[in-house]
Amino acid sequence: MADFEIPETHEFPVIPTVMEGVMSHSAPFLAKEQFQAPLGFPGNGELIEGWKETFLEKLGEMLGKYRSLQVFMDICVKCGACTDKCHYFLGTGDAKNMPVARQDLLRKVYRRYFTFAGKHFPKLVGAVDLTEEIIDEMYSYYHQCSECRRCSVFCPYGIDTAEVTMAARDILAHVGKGQKYSNEIIGKVHKIGNNLGLPEPALADTLEGLEEEVEEDTGVKVRYPLDEKGADILLVTPSADFFAEPHVDGLIGYGKVFHAAGVSWTVSSKASEAANFGLFIGNYENMREISLRIREAAKELGVKRIIFGECGHAWRVAYSFLNTLAGPWDFLDPNYPVPQHILDFTSDCLDRGILNIDKSENDWMTLTFHDSCNVARASRIGSYPGSQFEIPRKVIKAVCNNFHDMAPETIHDSTFCCGGGGGLLTDDLIELRIKGALPRMEALKNVIEDKGVTHMAAICAICKSQFTKVLPYYGMTMDQIVSVHQLVSSAIILEGQGDEDEAEADTEEAA
Amino acid sequence: MPIEVNGKSLEVDEEGYLANLNDWEPAVAEVMAKEEGLDLSDDHWEIINFLREYYEEYQIAPAVRVLTKAVGKKLGKEKGNSKYLYELFPYGPGKQACKYAGLPKPTGCV
Repeated sequence: MADFEIPETHEFPVIPTVMEGVMSHSAPFLAKEQFQAPLGFPGNGELIEGWKETFLEKLGEMLGKYRSLQVFMDICVKCGACTDKCHYFLGTGDAKNMPVARQDLLRKVYRRYFTFAGKHFPKLVGAVDLTEEIIDEMYSYYHQCSECRRCSVFCPYGIDTAEVTMAARDILAHVGKGQKYSNEIIGKVHKIGNNLGLPEPALADTLEGLEEEVEEDTGVKVRYPLDEKGADILLVTPSADFFAEPHVDGLIGYGKVFHAAGVSWTVSSKASEAANFGLFIGNYENMREISLRIREAAKELGVKRIIFGECGHAWRVAYSFLNTLAGPWDFLDPNYPVPQHILDFTSDCLDRGILNIDKSENDWMTLTFHDSCNVARASRIGSYPGSQFEIPRKVIKAVCNNFHDMAPETIHDSTFCCGGGGGLLTDDLIELRIKGALPRMEALKNVIEDKGVTHMAAICAICKSQFTKVLPYYGMTMDQIVSVHQLVSSAIILEGQGDEDEAEADTEEAA
Repeated sequence: MPIEVNGKSLEVDEEGYLANLNDWEPAVAEVMAKEEGLDLSDDHWEIINFLREYYEEYQIAPAVRVLTKAVGKKLGKEKGNSKYLYELFPYGPGKQACKYAGLPKPTGCV
């Protein structure tokens, strides 16, 4: 099935023996000019002329602009608390996948050119010259970090490793070493409006198909509107929700909840993407340009509220940065959070008792929940601390009778990345993705064996796609990963749903 | 590395997807499938042809749900699911079948 070894899972996590360079061969495809240029990056997948000067200039600029980066470069005391916290280290054993070692790739260059000791006594402080070899190493290992920030939770100084990775990737892109996967996708968002490159007619056709499907299933006309001016709510959701499984079952669920709540809503063909890969490549300008599409769409459609669908990093960008990136949002209704998470909306509907739920519809499953890193460690879903952990579980428990959490050190803000986050969900990194999934697979297997769990629910498009792909490598099946709103969708009974069946049953009885 | 089809050398990207959609001919699918150890049956061709028709109209590969629905309508309900498609194309109907059909690879969180 694969030309590398699939890691073994254990009942308890095993810290691997540290090995030098076992993953140094791993690197994603480089972005050629066609994928670099539209994002404002130079080069054709090779180092540009004057790369060294450009690199140092860019690093200097960032150190001045981002105080946090300057602090993260200076403050690490090599205490080692982060070493065994990274899923890529746990899955590969590669020494440079210990977060401290990965960050040091940039830090040792920083020291050489930006500190007194490094300029004059480089050997004493582990400072090194910037060479092509160092660049290649950075390109490899900064694409073995999914920016999940689990290590940061355990860092006594709170060093945000993801921010170092983002800075390094942005600098690399500026010297010609951009990543094909993320950059091609961002180009599509700029041009077409979503990661997939799904044009408006295809989107319309897909949504129409969903309306037919839901009507066939339930007998109720549930609408999945596109570009509907004057709707109250703009739904911004990952384009994978239109395209892939189990994502689409989640989208069907959002539509049913909106229908049952009696609100008007629409998807926009301009902002047909929640994801914002500008975050992954650490580039502010691209992140802002992507965010502005949402602002334009909201204005054009005249909506009053914005709700985000199930997407991890999109929610981080939305929750934490949307106001500075694309605000102010003073044209929206101030009575609602800007933006709001779909789970917050559904949770509120459940509280108000306006959803008719038959939990037994999900009785054939026993669920667990995978906290997505960007939601768990970078945001809230409701208005109080910890709501990002509680609300998804509350919604799942409201629509399912059987639920068990995975081991406490693998959930909430200690959650493990799925292994495909941060712009690494690409086939050229499949070995890394499979190995990096180990800690999550281990925790999942344990609740399957101990508690009889059959399915894992997630609220992030990347997590869903990554698990669909890697579960079979660990002896499970791809359909064991589900969307949270897929569970809602199965349990919700819409007004008028099943009337025909009852009518038929009545006729039979009468006969 | 280009692929050889009927004596012609066709450009492909790093992952083996055809660089130019117009280079496609049925033999392209045969050559690609053979490389991956797959024999193309009529069942495979039903899918490949549908993908090409859909792409021609919408400039994108169909969503999984659109594809399974179309297959279900044409070949019977028991085949209208992703399990059937994965049996035909073990590396995923989206990616593997698109490659054989000469379409670009679907990108994003899929």
